Amino acid sequence: MNISLNVNGVSHTVDITDDNTPLLWVIRDLLGLKGTKFGCGKAACGACTLHVDGEAVRSCSYAVKFAEGKNITTIEGLGNEENPHPVQQAWIEEVVPQCGYCQPGFMMATAALLDKIPNPTDEDIDKNIINVCRCATYYRMRKAIHRAAELRSEKQPTETQNS
Amino acid sequence: MKIIIQIILPLLLGVGILFTIITKSNSSEYVSIDTKNAEPSLANEAFDKMMDVLTHERCMNCHPNDNIPKQGEDSHPHYFGIAREENNIGFQATKCTTCHQSENNDYSGVPGAPEWSLAPASMYWEGLSRTEITESMLDPERNGGRTPEETMHHLTEHELVLWAWNPGVNAEGVPRELPPVPKDEYIAAVKKWFEEGHIIPSK
Repeated sequence: MNISLNVNGVSHTVDITDDNTPLLWVIRDLLGLKGTKFGCGKAACGACTLHVDGEAVRSCSYAVKFAEGKNITTIEGLGNEENPHPVQQAWIEEVVPQCGYCQPGFMMATAALLDKIPNPTDEDIDKNIINVCRCATYYRMRKAIHRAAELRSEKQPTETQNS
Repeated sequence: MKIIIQIILPLLLGVGILFTIITKSNSSEYVSIDTKNAEPSLANEAFDKMMDVLTHERCMNCHPNDNIPKQGEDSHPHYFGIAREENNIGFQATKCTTCHQSENNDYSGVPGAPEWSLAPASMYWEGLSRTEITESMLDPERNGGRTPEETMHHLTEHELVLWAWNPGVNAEGVPRELPPVPKDEYIAAVKKWFEEGHIIPSK
């Protein structure tokens, strides 16, 4: 069956046999966007976090059929080197990543958080950013999240590019 | 001879009758009843079937008394610090629908159904007896202002309630445990209990 979806501002129609296939596999294997990562496959670690119509979603647990007609934003669509999203800029400034594998998921979760709570407290961060980082970069991430909130308020780009 | 007929015989007869009455009366007081194996009374049968389901973890896990959803057959607190927050759907950016969709996901083992959320705080069942749960269920102050008929429809028709018989598989691919009463029997029992006056058995 055909599923039509918009990914990072580009319309795609994918022909897929099993419409319960996780959106993650479509994004990575059919559309070739490798920034979104597979971690646990159980919606527990958050490495696969992307946005569906502006909401953070664990794409390993999101059937592609639910993406029909939706706007999907992945880490590639959040911003780029010339025009980074405040979250990406803050991640660079605070040198957050170590191995980096989980970081796209964290950045997508953070971007969604800032859309809901522009100036989050530590408690807001603890409640909403529950992804897992095995390099334990949490301390630097916390600083980066606060920095991203500052950059965002200066820049006021509000929503992510495609959500 | 006349004395024997007029006095002694009636006296003996009276004593005999009295003995018989006393003996029968005493024996009836000590009839033992096998309560362990006795059939439940029909009046309570529908109630018991309904409550066997409503007190199962498939239902109880989302009716907590501490605003923390529970998970699994052991009803452990939901991982990752998830809590009720506003509107019973989790935190602002990380909410039920971050992971749970309107259907079970057999790839990830994450359960899902329409309107996936906690029951409102007033509808907590955790820690209550069967009688107390039923009282809460029938109390408009706690049941969302539902009439008994509306409560019956909710219990027998709502997709999130009936999800209990289609709970999917867990993260290891193992099917989740079903409630102890088949769905059709449960629905029939709930309807019967409500139609017969929704009488709550004494505590």
